[in-house]
Amino acid sequence: MNFPILSIITFLPFVAAVVMLMMPAERKTEVRAVALATAAIDLLLAGWVYLQYLLRGMTGYQFIETYNWLPALGISLKFGVDGMSAPLVLLTGIVMFTGVLISWGENNEHVSAGIQDRPREFFAFLFLLAGGVFGVFVSLDLFMLFFFYEIAVFPMYLLIAIWGWIKTREYAAMKLTLYLFIGSVVSIVGVLVMYWAQYQNTGVLSFDMLQMESAGFSSTFQYIWFLPVFLGFAVLGGIWPFHNWSPDGHVAAPTAVSMFHAGVLMKLGAFAALRVGVMLLPEGAKQWSWLIMTLAVIAVVYGAYIAFVQTDLKYMIGFSSVSHMGLVMLGFSTLNQNGLTGAGVQMFSHGVMTALFFAITGMIYDRTHTRMIPELGGIAKVMPFATIGFIIGGFVSMGMPGFSGFIAEFPIFMGVWREQWFVAVIASISIIITAAYIMMNIRKVFFSPMPVTLEGHVGDITVLDKVAISTLCFFMIVIGLFPAVMVPMVERGVENILRLLGGA
Amino acid sequence: MFTPQIFASILPEILILALVMILLVVEPFWKVDQRRNAGWLTAGGLFIIMIVSLLFGQPGEPTSVLGGMIRFDWLGFFFKILFMFAAAVTALLLMDHEKAGQRGEAYVLLLVSLLGMNLMAVSADLVMLYLAIETASIPLYILAGFLLADDRSTEAGFKYLLFGTVTSTVMLYGFSLIFGFAGTTNIYKLAEILAAGNLSALLAFSVLALILVGIGFKIAIVPFQFWAPDVYEGSPTPVAGFLSTASKAAGFAVVVRLFFVAFPDFAPSWTLILAALSALTMTVGNLLAISQTNVKRLLAYSSIAHAGYALIGVVAFSQLGAASVVFYLAAYIATNLLAFGVVMAFSRVTGLDDIKDYAGMSRRNPWLALMMLAAFLSLTGMPPFGGFVAKIFVFAAGVQANYTWLVIVGILNSIIGVYYYLNAMKYVYLYRMPNEDEENHPIPLTRSYAIALAVLMLGVILIGTVFAPWFSWSDAAALNLY
Repeated sequence: MNFPILSIITFLPFVAAVVMLMMPAERKTEVRAVALATAAIDLLLAGWVYLQYLLRGMTGYQFIETYNWLPALGISLKFGVDGMSAPLVLLTGIVMFTGVLISWGENNEHVSAGIQDRPREFFAFLFLLAGGVFGVFVSLDLFMLFFFYEIAVFPMYLLIAIWGWIKTREYAAMKLTLYLFIGSVVSIVGVLVMYWAQYQNTGVLSFDMLQMESAGFSSTFQYIWFLPVFLGFAVLGGIWPFHNWSPDGHVAAPTAVSMFHAGVLMKLGAFAALRVGVMLLPEGAKQWSWLIMTLAVIAVVYGAYIAFVQTDLKYMIGFSSVSHMGLVMLGFSTLNQNGLTGAGVQMFSHGVMTALFFAITGMIYDRTHTRMIPELGGIAKVMPFATIGFIIGGFVSMGMPGFSGFIAEFPIFMGVWREQWFVAVIASISIIITAAYIMMNIRKVFFSPMPVTLEGHVGDITVLDKVAISTLCFFMIVIGLFPAVMVPMVERGVENILRLLGGA
Repeated sequence: MFTPQIFASILPEILILALVMILLVVEPFWKVDQRRNAGWLTAGGLFIIMIVSLLFGQPGEPTSVLGGMIRFDWLGFFFKILFMFAAAVTALLLMDHEKAGQRGEAYVLLLVSLLGMNLMAVSADLVMLYLAIETASIPLYILAGFLLADDRSTEAGFKYLLFGTVTSTVMLYGFSLIFGFAGTTNIYKLAEILAAGNLSALLAFSVLALILVGIGFKIAIVPFQFWAPDVYEGSPTPVAGFLSTASKAAGFAVVVRLFFVAFPDFAPSWTLILAALSALTMTVGNLLAISQTNVKRLLAYSSIAHAGYALIGVVAFSQLGAASVVFYLAAYIATNLLAFGVVMAFSRVTGLDDIKDYAGMSRRNPWLALMMLAAFLSLTGMPPFGGFVAKIFVFAAGVQANYTWLVIVGILNSIIGVYYYLNAMKYVYLYRMPNEDEENHPIPLTRSYAIALAVLMLGVILIGTVFAPWFSWSDAAALNLY
């Protein structure tokens, strides 16, 4: 495989960002067209990688590309995907594509939707973020993983602070950036310590993660450093009690950024925590799994409960994200095949689902100018398409069979049951709460009578919005009906993790 | 006696001197409104000198030349190139300074100071070193107070002069003590004599402390940092940029050479002291930066903090440590010059320096805003800019040397940095001009600014992405210190 497809996927958004910045600011439509074309190409390439991996029955790391970047310190640009990361690359492609679609928006005397103020800068920063995210998912070199991780963090500040919801954007953007930066620098210390410990143990100076897997870190070392590394990354995964930045960030962010944030960025944290924390320090993971499990189960139940009492639609989705990401962490903490597979699928499923939720919420807000659930109603009449999308998302969120959420959550609970049955029982409370708030809100927002304040001046969504919604729903239903398109692949990735954990 | 090698070792200095002569002769014949062209001449001349030095002035095996006064090695060479780059950019930025740019003396002073810095980087003898430091400093005292009509500038110049002379006298006292104990002023011979163990630890300690006063002033570390914010604020902005980059880097060149070469036997004690100073410097610099409202003062405190980060590499006292310091300084010089360049470009049009005046800047000139973003993010330590890689290298060196606690302090400080750098960017990107339409207040860039800023921006990104060549040069510079 000589065609450098992963590099192209990763660097294309950066190139596009530079190209867009070079374009004149007033050519808004052209800027959007460039953005959409880039996103479409990236989605196709990511889909191609995914299908190749799936259909050819590949195992282990594939599409590997290696470029020596700084041999003196063992830094190389090493890309590759496995069964865990290939779905996430696809997910990023999907969210990027749909994010651009719904940011296109429309601008007329009735409605101002999407991004109308400085779209050039918006898409450029968004694509920097996307490129960073791709980079993290495909990097097999720890230094480069960090490099891209940080690239993915800082544009968030600008995206939220400039285009966000005016009331909380400054506060939320700064809070988010500080949380994420603290998380990432905490794990960077751990990574540097690992780097030198490997050098002491093996005499190899390298950031290559495949080499680090066999660095032979001592038990004590892993015990000490697992927590900083894992939790540092898990902050971005929204782990309780460091989840606080996340709902605030969701609420303040513009729609496309919320989609990215909940759909992809939180996976970034979970994924890096898995790849660096669990896979490189497996002994540490075993020793601390009780703590991760405890934090995760709190997040699952607490997040669901807080989501239940929210009156702001975006806060509700934000906290439901905390709850669902808690399930991912719960899956990690089982360290067994079912749990990890479920977590892998859940990352994808939740990414698509939340992106859909935020997209629809954004569309509703742009047209009704409110997100408060009590003030909304009767949306189904004016936006039937969005309503169907939201209901499908709701089914996924509740874990209904036939949708991707079920395929993800069921193995997680099985895995947890195998480790600690009472944790599974506690966590399952969240399913009931989730079902309750999703049903209640769908009834209130979409099917109750429309308040007079909204009557008459709320229009339907645009064609591009509908394309975005259909794309997102498509993936959730396909995976729900045909789990074989994803589960075997994730299982192959999980095998590799289990091998590192000592064939449990 | 005068071999090609000796010639090569001081080739850049000879050429700089020639450039000074040309400037002095040519400039008086120009009309007043043409005198800013001295900037083109200086920058162009330095550019040519850099190329000539790269072609003909490369050192081979490290040797001491000119009677042991000068060390001809990669460390010095690399720093010289950095200084000349910084001076060339400063000359470009100086050109359109309303009051200083029209006067040839400014460029002459800049070049003479550059000459001193170049010699600082290569001095192998304490006497030579002291002369070099003074040669570098005295023109800077004048440049800091160059704007005679401006009280703040005069104050800056005078303050800088007072602090500078006092600390350099203390350092001179340290030098003379060394000579008294060891009987030599040559840094490389000193190492042998000290290794023989004729000097008690206590004496060595006090001598080091005295020397540290002078150098600490140059690189603005706590507790010798007081002058920095006032001087940066008052002096012409390009000069402040030069002070905070080249002058600081020159101080670090001396630190690296002196401590690594002359005092390796006392390393356990001085690394500990420097570690403490580094932690203090970072923390004080960053904490005080939070509450600043003037962008030049903000950058002054941030540059104090950055001296603290760079010191981590010195503290590591290893090959990687030295290499990471050199790399850090390269990245820092490009970044901070970019930051000061943006400030200069902004204040040239608006005459304002407060952070709040930057409101709406991203609409007035998107490119300038983008450059400021790049500079500030690089200072924060975010990729893909130079600051990120540089910081990781220094931290890696620190962890390797078992100074994990210092690295943790550094990391906590970077978090503070995120806060105030992003806070400044908030004005640029988020806020609007009060009661004004930004469209009517563009910030045009003159050609010299466009060139200087574009080169710096490119440099910051290249150092941060394609870092292999820069690192191998830094590594080569650090190679012969042991």
